[in-house]
Amino acid sequence: MKRLSLSQAFWFLLRRDLLLALRNRSELANPLLFFVLVITLFPLAVGAEPNLLARIAPGIIWVAALLASMLSLDAIFRSDFEDGTLEQMLLSAHPVPVLVLAKVTAHWLVTGLPLLLVAPLLAMMLGLDEDAYGILLLTILLGTPVLSLIGSIGVALTIGLRKGGIILSLLVLPLYVPVLIFSASAIDAAAGGLSVSAQLSMMMAFLFLSLSLSPVATAAALKMSMS
Amino acid sequence: MSALLQTSDLTCVKDDRVLFENLNLSLSEGQILLVEGKNGSGKTSLLRILTGLNLPESGEVLWQGQPISEVGPEYYEQVNYVGHHDGIKRDLTCLENLRLVQAMGKPMPIDLDDALDKVNLYRFGDNFVATLSAGQKRRLALARLVVTEAKLWIMDEPFTSLDKASMAMFQEMFEKHLANGGVIVMTSHHDIEMKNSDVVRLNLSE
Amino acid sequence: MFKWFVKWFHRFGSPPYFYRLAGLWLPWLTGLFTILLIGGLYGGLVLAPTDYQQGESYRIIFVHVPAAWMSMFIYMVMATCGIVVLVWRMKLAEVVLSCAAPIGASFTFLALITGSLWGKPMWGTYWVWDARLTSELILLFLYLGVIGLYGAIDDKRVAARAVAILAIVGMVNIPIIHYSVEWWNSLHQGATVTKFDKPSIAWSMLWPLLVMALAFKVYFVISLFQRVRAELLHRERNTRWVEELVKS
Repeated sequence: MKRLSLSQAFWFLLRRDLLLALRNRSELANPLLFFVLVITLFPLAVGAEPNLLARIAPGIIWVAALLASMLSLDAIFRSDFEDGTLEQMLLSAHPVPVLVLAKVTAHWLVTGLPLLLVAPLLAMMLGLDEDAYGILLLTILLGTPVLSLIGSIGVALTIGLRKGGIILSLLVLPLYVPVLIFSASAIDAAAGGLSVSAQLSMMMAFLFLSLSLSPVATAAALKMSMS
Repeated sequence: MSALLQTSDLTCVKDDRVLFENLNLSLSEGQILLVEGKNGSGKTSLLRILTGLNLPESGEVLWQGQPISEVGPEYYEQVNYVGHHDGIKRDLTCLENLRLVQAMGKPMPIDLDDALDKVNLYRFGDNFVATLSAGQKRRLALARLVVTEAKLWIMDEPFTSLDKASMAMFQEMFEKHLANGGVIVMTSHHDIEMKNSDVVRLNLSE
Repeated sequence: MFKWFVKWFHRFGSPPYFYRLAGLWLPWLTGLFTILLIGGLYGGLVLAPTDYQQGESYRIIFVHVPAAWMSMFIYMVMATCGIVVLVWRMKLAEVVLSCAAPIGASFTFLALITGSLWGKPMWGTYWVWDARLTSELILLFLYLGVIGLYGAIDDKRVAARAVAILAIVGMVNIPIIHYSVEWWNSLHQGATVTKFDKPSIAWSMLWPLLVMALAFKVYFVISLFQRVRAELLHRERNTRWVEELVKS
């Protein structure tokens, strides 16, 4: 029998990871809960003055999204690393970057995409200008996959370490800066009634760049981590 | 008879300790290599270098005369590796695990229930791996040998947690694989007797 | 020509050869550094005229700007070594990569400190979120990430490969980060005059700057050679050439 084609292998692994996520669905809500919690802290810290909150809402939402995404990163490879399936994945007959992309996609579907569901609610609570809602969702849709993709490189580099967590944040957060800048600014501009095409095209560029480059780097880093 | 798997001047260094130096091996169809040696003598390292998971300090591993780093997928299609970890997911059922194994390699045209039967796990197909015993998990891990078409089996202590009857069963399976022109590289603390096969022994402690 | 280069490359990459060669070069480099440093400082602090806008305080650029240039340059050196490490698995490149990171971090830190010292008379505060300073700060984090990752992995050969991947990823990202920060800055602080980018600079100020930049480069090489020599001795402590070296 011939081995699966590349796209079949991709879909197979994607489905498997989604199935596994579904079987551990109690963990699914955690990043979401974290996201909501961090945002709740801000009005408590800086005061509930509506104008102030509305002004800093884009920044707060995106910083919280960044942190939520970073905290969930470890789950991309952790269990596969521990039970040896990651090892088998590196020895598979398919190119590793494609398999990595499948795993990162699955991870984004269960941790990044749900942020879309609660973001409007939080934006409403912070009093964000209503014109900016659409752009907020669009930046989350374009930005969070980039976070997962860049983050996967960091996780792959630190997966074998006993105390990888704090180093992971040191590696990954500086690389998140461009996404943060452009997405927060896009929402800001939208709230102010300005054009956002520059920001959105930059974010699109980030997405395609990280889609094409980061799986390769992640695969190399995984190989390094397994040796 | 040409050699399938060869190593040329393989040297492995770990934490400043030279584990083995200038190792030249050559294995042809039907041969089994038993790697022996004390704990920490580099058995696992050698096996992992043969799979390409670890990199040697110097030297090369050749598959049909070509370095494995250049052969790529065609090599991995031919390799089954069973390491210390079972490489199976506890939140999937036995059948789902086997399907995953097949998806990652070159699937053997075999009914998966028959495959489970071959490793004495018949009727466990829909059980979650988490509910299996250690020995059953190991048998499921070894079932990857049955469901994929790989010529080269590389196994690190395959008999861990297996009882006598299972060990005999797998030895029989190994002999059959060798008789069909396969190649095996393995380590084991247990005495292996394969009367009908061409056994090569390598002791890394000497 | 190419063959000759490959041969030289391999010889240069062998630890004992490099150890000896670097040892021979060090006194000469130190001499060169001293001359450049004295010349540059004299040109910058004495010969260069006082700036009609900024007075004497602008003279800190003779340290700040070269340090900022070095912070970028060393990251590029690291990324280049990273490629060599991943492609040819050359030991010397592994050592250079790991030894360059702390030096690069120091230069970045120096650029930050001098930048903020300059900011005090200019802006009346030690820190403003100027594009250049913010980029340098993020660069410092990137350096610290490299150092942290290298330190966290026990097997130093594996660690070098990890850091190589990270350095290359960082190299791809640095221009993006730099551009993003600049864009962000122009958006939020359009009113602030950026004092770091001068459209034109008088020759009497430019040449000391270039001499200082050269002095910093030579200093980097000196510091790097010393670190690499020490690290090579440590890594190769069980080999024959180190044993012979210690005995003699």
